[in-house]
Amino acid sequence: MRIFSGKPMMALVGATCIAGATMAASHAGKVHDGAVGARHAQMQMISYHTGVLGDMAKGSVDFDAAMAQAAAANLKHLAAMAPATLWTDGSEQGAVEGSRAKPEIWSDAAGFAAKFKVLEDASAALMDVADLDALRAGMGGVSGSCKGCHQGYRGPKN
Amino acid sequence: MRTLIKFAILGAALVGAALWWMSAPQGLSEAHFFIYATNDKSGPPPDAEVGKLVFIAGGCAACHSAETGADPLLLAGGKDFPSDFGTFYAPNISSDTQYGIGSWTVTEFATAVTLGVSPDQKHYYPAFPYTAYAGLSRKDVTDLFAYMQTLPASDTPSRAHEVGFPFNIRRGIGLWKQRYMPDSYPDPTDRGAYLVETLAHCGECHTPRDALGGLDRTRWLHGAPNPSGKGTIPGLTPAQLEWSEPDIVEYLTSGFTPEYDSAGGEMVHVIENLAQLPRADREAIAAYLLALPAP
Repeated sequence: MRIFSGKPMMALVGATCIAGATMAASHAGKVHDGAVGARHAQMQMISYHTGVLGDMAKGSVDFDAAMAQAAAANLKHLAAMAPATLWTDGSEQGAVEGSRAKPEIWSDAAGFAAKFKVLEDASAALMDVADLDALRAGMGGVSGSCKGCHQGYRGPKN
Repeated sequence: MRTLIKFAILGAALVGAALWWMSAPQGLSEAHFFIYATNDKSGPPPDAEVGKLVFIAGGCAACHSAETGADPLLLAGGKDFPSDFGTFYAPNISSDTQYGIGSWTVTEFATAVTLGVSPDQKHYYPAFPYTAYAGLSRKDVTDLFAYMQTLPASDTPSRAHEVGFPFNIRRGIGLWKQRYMPDSYPDPTDRGAYLVETLAHCGECHTPRDALGGLDRTRWLHGAPNPSGKGTIPGLTPAQLEWSEPDIVEYLTSGFTPEYDSAGGEMVHVIENLAQLPRADREAIAAYLLALPAP
């Protein structure tokens, strides 16, 4: 009695391949899910610190130089994060639940990086901000960088 | 039996004639809109500087600009607007005398903008928001025309809309207008209502439409599906938005939501425009929205 005849053997090989591919896909899916979650955390941190500056700029919170400088420094570091771990190839909108990343992030990686650099520079310029007028003057650069990047690289809400 | 058929044919002919008559494009006569006539000295002279603000508040460039990245004041058209009825393309409304509106009279312009009727007496599709612009004051239309004549010319021909039967029969729009043109408009001195309902035509996107593409005014600014098919356009009543007056003014100025997310989609253009208006205008919009009844 032959235990492994031709056809069952082929089926076994095929099943192993499919299982392997599924495992690889689910592994990639976990990586992308993690990356998308981390990106959302990064954006949450950026919006929080923008809010610290924005609330002072619009006058709903009193100007506090130490807080403004700290917020600007954190923003600068958040904007300077290395993209490799966060913007994993294949984690665009439609491919991963919750992602609103446009494919242009990968097809135009240099343009995308340049947009983050705009935020990095705009926040760096506020790291020694000493008065409200200077904050208000510099705030346009920060808000403009959000819009400038979202316009080209963030997809519509689902 | 033959008599019955005769009556049926006669009846159909009468209905057809009535529909044909009802669907006729109604223009503005020089006499009706005397103030638009350039030789009329009784009205104030057109003021292109004021017209610029009308142009900005009306968001004309958001739809009629050439491709993204080009001069936003070059109104060459070409932007596509997909809908349930087909794809519309914004036409060239630059000052070019052949391909734009450079050879139009102010009366022809007013007829187009406020009644949706072209100089060659054809209905425009309501993708052009004349149901809102119909409430424009005569002075604003006159000033707007004066300003638009100062803008650059483009010799790009307008692209034909891609609309299937039966919506490609323009005369049908005449019947659509009978049903959907509003009966009344806000007084231009009621600045918030005039900005929201007429100039900035917020209802065009934020109010849901019925099967024939007309606004369901019983659900005014209650939010709607996005015609592009992706996502929804939010409702603006206080119960839905839950933003304070400073929140709304800030959003319309810097584009930041109260959570410091930045505005997206078409609102980017809208905010770019509204941010150029006096702050009092954005405050008037906020006051109007905060006074909307709950859905």
